[in-house]
Amino acid sequence: MVVNRGRNLGKGYGLLAPTLAVMAAGLAAPLLLVAVTSLKSQNGMAIADGWTLAQYAAVLGRASYRSLFFRSVLISGAVTFVTVALAYPIAYFVAFHARHKFIWLVALTIPFWTSYLLRVFAWKIILGFNGVINSAAMQLHLVDHPLEFLLYNPFAVVVTLAHAWAAFAILPIYVSLEKIDRSLLEAASDLGDSRLRRFLRVTLPLSMPGVIGAAILIFVPTTGDFVTPQLVGGTKGVMLANVIETQFNGVGNWPLGAALSLVSMALVGAIALLFVASARAATRAAR
Amino acid sequence: MSFLSLSQVSKSFGGPPVVDRVSLEVPRGEFFSLLGPSGCGKTTLLRMIAGFGTPDSGTIAIDGEVMNGVPPHLRPTNMVFQSYAIFPHLNVFDNIAYGLRKQKLSQDALRTKIETMLATVRLEGLGTRAADQLSGGQRQRVALARALVREPKILLLDEPLGALDKRLREAMQIELRALQRKVGITFVLVTHDQEEALSLSDRVAVMESGKILQIAAPRELYERPASRAVADFIGEMNFFHATLREIGSESFTVNAGLLGVLQLPVANLAPGLKSGDHILLAIRPEHVVFASQGVAGEIAAATFLGERSHFHVKLAGRSEPVAVSGAAPPAGAVHLAFPAESLIALPAN
Amino acid sequence: MKNRALSLYAFAYLAFLYVPVLVLPVFSFNDSRFIAFPLSGFTTRWYQGLADDSAMLHALGNSLKVGLVTALLSTLLGLSAAKAVTQVRLKGAGAALGFISLPLFIPDIVLGISLLLLLGATGLPLSLAAVVLGHLLVCVPFALTVLIARFEGFDRNLEEASADLGENGWMTFWRVSFPLMLPGIVASLLLTFITSFDEFLIAYFLSGTEATLPIYIWGQLRFPERLPMVLALGALILTASVGLVVLAEIVRNRGVKRPMVGA
Repeated sequence: MVVNRGRNLGKGYGLLAPTLAVMAAGLAAPLLLVAVTSLKSQNGMAIADGWTLAQYAAVLGRASYRSLFFRSVLISGAVTFVTVALAYPIAYFVAFHARHKFIWLVALTIPFWTSYLLRVFAWKIILGFNGVINSAAMQLHLVDHPLEFLLYNPFAVVVTLAHAWAAFAILPIYVSLEKIDRSLLEAASDLGDSRLRRFLRVTLPLSMPGVIGAAILIFVPTTGDFVTPQLVGGTKGVMLANVIETQFNGVGNWPLGAALSLVSMALVGAIALLFVASARAATRAAR
Repeated sequence: MSFLSLSQVSKSFGGPPVVDRVSLEVPRGEFFSLLGPSGCGKTTLLRMIAGFGTPDSGTIAIDGEVMNGVPPHLRPTNMVFQSYAIFPHLNVFDNIAYGLRKQKLSQDALRTKIETMLATVRLEGLGTRAADQLSGGQRQRVALARALVREPKILLLDEPLGALDKRLREAMQIELRALQRKVGITFVLVTHDQEEALSLSDRVAVMESGKILQIAAPRELYERPASRAVADFIGEMNFFHATLREIGSESFTVNAGLLGVLQLPVANLAPGLKSGDHILLAIRPEHVVFASQGVAGEIAAATFLGERSHFHVKLAGRSEPVAVSGAAPPAGAVHLAFPAESLIALPAN
Repeated sequence: MKNRALSLYAFAYLAFLYVPVLVLPVFSFNDSRFIAFPLSGFTTRWYQGLADDSAMLHALGNSLKVGLVTALLSTLLGLSAAKAVTQVRLKGAGAALGFISLPLFIPDIVLGISLLLLLGATGLPLSLAAVVLGHLLVCVPFALTVLIARFEGFDRNLEEASADLGENGWMTFWRVSFPLMLPGIVASLLLTFITSFDEFLIAYFLSGTEATLPIYIWGQLRFPERLPMVLALGALILTASVGLVVLAEIVRNRGVKRPMVGA
C-alpha cells in the first residue's frame, strides 16, 4: 500500500515537532550545560569566568576518584552478573515450560512498578542489624549474634540492586528465548543432541542477544544509582552518584560534579561498548 | 453519456507514472473489471475514483459530474477494501449501519434496512456478532453489505476475494455476480486473477505499467487479444513468427515459416497492421488439433488433467514446444494442424 | 525431572521478588515501633496516624498534581509523536525516536543535575513545574512505546473506510480513530502517572521547597520512630501502584490480543 506523501509529510513532521522540542529543551540543552559547566571552576558560591580543565584533571588524577570508579564498576558488574544469572532460568521457564505465560510475565513485572525508593527501604529493613533477617534468625536460634555483614557495604548494594533490576534481565532474555524457532530444537534432537547438549549448542547461543542486551540494560544505569548506595551502602558502598550528589547539595563544587558526571558516563559507555563488541566477537568465534 | 468516465487520467509518485493517461467509459449497471499484474496501477486508479488520491492530470466524472477535488466522503461511490476494514470496535449491525448515520433514519427504518441487507448478503441473524468473531468470508460480506446499504452509484471492489481460499473464492464469485445483477449497481472490480475477471465481468480493461492495453468483453479478450501482452496475460497462447503478405477484403495471407503460407479470415487480423509487417500468429492450445497430416512433431511432455490432457509438442525447427490441450493423440507419429479460423495475427512488438 | 527443579526455582524466584515487597504491609500492621521479629500483634494505628500528618498530605497533594500533569502532557506528546511516526513514512524517524528515548539510558542523577543547571542558567526557580519537566523526560519514552505499539496494530484502511462511508475528518476521528486509540491512551496515562508519582531523584533536585511524596518519605527515613508510619504509607502506595498497573495491562490488551486490529 503506497503511503501518501507530500502533504502528509509536512503533517508528520508537524506532529513530531512538539515532542522533539520538549526533549531538546529538557535533554540536549541541559546536557550541553553540564559539559560547559565542567570546563569551569567554582569560586566560593559562584561559578568563575574563564575555562579550565582543572576539574577533569582532578577527576582523572586523584586516587580517591579512581578507586570510586573502580568500586562502582565492580559493584555494577557484580549486580549485572548476579541478576542475569538468576534471571536466565526463570526466563527459560516462562518461555518453554509455563502454561500461562502472560500471567507469569505480569506477576514477574508487577513488583517493579512499585516505588523504587520503598523497595530499597524494604531491603534496609530486611538486612539491618535489628532487621527482619537478623531478628528472625535470632528468634529461630540460628545465630547467637546478629549478622553484621548484611548491611552498609557493597554486599547489601549488590543484593538490593539485583532485586531491583531483575525485571530488566528477565524480559529481554525471555523475548530472545521466545523468538527461537521451536523446530530448530526439534531438528537438534533429531540429529542426536541430548537435552543438555541442545541447550548449550542451540538455545544458549541463540539467546545471547537477549543476554547481552539485558547486561547492558542493567550495567549502565546501576553504575549511576544513587538511592541504593545511599540507603544501604554505608561508607564502604559509596558509588559515583553519591559523590556527584554531594557536589550539588549545599556548598559543593558544581563544575567538579559536572566533570565527574561526564567522565563517568563516558567511562561506563566505553565499557559497555567494549563488552558488546567482545561478546559479539566471542559468539562469532564460537560458531 | 456514460456513467463513469475517466479521461486521460495520470498519476505519479515522483517517478515514472503509475497511471498513464488512462481513459475509459463504463455504462450504468455494468460489471467492469480492471485486470493486471501487481504494480500495474489498477488499485491506484480505483482509489482515485473513490477519492483517495488526486490525479495529476485528467478528469474523473460520475453520472455527468466531475469528481476532481471532491473528497471521498462526498462522492457517490463506496469501496470494499482489500483488507475489508471492518471496524473492530463495532458489531456486524453497527458496521453495516455506519454510513447511514447522516440519513437520520428512525430505529425501525434502520433495522429494516439492515436486516434486508443482511439477508441479501446471506448473513441473516449475525447482526449482533462481534467483528473479531467473523470468518474471512463473513467479513467480506459485511464489507459488501456496509457499502451496498448506502446505495452508491458505483461500487468499487479492491481485490475483494484475494484473501479467501480457492473454494470459498469460487463460491463468492458466483454470489458477487448474482448480487450485482440483483441490485443493478455499477461495479468496478480490481483483480490480478484473470479467471476471476473473465467470469464476473461484462467488460474487462487489461492494464500494464499504468496503461490500458485493451478493453473488451471477456470472450473477445480471450479470442481476439489485441496484443501479445494481453494474449500472454489471459489464458495460455502459442505464438509463431510470420510476415504479413497481402490483405484482401475477406481474407489475408501470411508467410508463417513452419506453418507454411496461410490464408486467414480478415476478422482475425489485429488493427493497424499492413502488408510486409512482421507479425505473431497466435493460437490457443485447445484449438491446435492432432491430425493425420500437418506439421510433424514429437510429444515432449504430457499431463493428464482428467477430462482433457495437456501436451507439449516439439516441432523440428522450433525451440519452444507447442502447447496442445485436448484428448490424447492417436498412437504413432504426431502431426499438428492449425485451423485457419483459430489463428489470429498480432503485432510483433 | 528437569521440569520439577525448574518449576521449584521459578516459585522460589517469585518469592525472592515478592517477599521484600511484602515486608511493608506485614510490618505496617505490627504493633511495635521496631521493625523486627517477633511480631507484636495487630494494629491499625500507624495508618490512623497518617491521616493526621499534614506534611505528608501536602506532599501527597503535590505528587498527585505533578503526576496528573505529567501523565497528560507525556501522553499528549507521545500521542502526536506516535501518530507522526507510524502513519507517515518520515525520514529520520529512527533517529528522532532514538533521541526521544535517550533519557532511558542516562542515569537519573545526570538528568537531575543537568536540569538543575538549566534552571540556574535561565533563572527559573526550583519548583513543581521543573519537576514536571524532569518527569516528562522520563515518561515520554514510556508513553511513546505504549502508543506506538497500539498504532502499529491499527489498520489504516479503517479511517479511509470511514471517509468512504460518508464521514468527514472530525467524525472519522470521533467514531473510529479515538475509540480504537483509547485503550492505549488510558494505559499510557496510567503508566506515566505511576512513574511520575514514584520518581524520587529528579524531584529531589528540582522541587525546591515543595516536597513530593517520595521526597517526604526520604526525609522521614532518618527518624526511626517514624518508620512504622512510613511503612503504612508505603503499603498503601504499593497497593495503589499494583492496582493501577494491573488495570493498565488489562486496558492495554483489550482488542490487541488478536494480532491485527481491523484485518
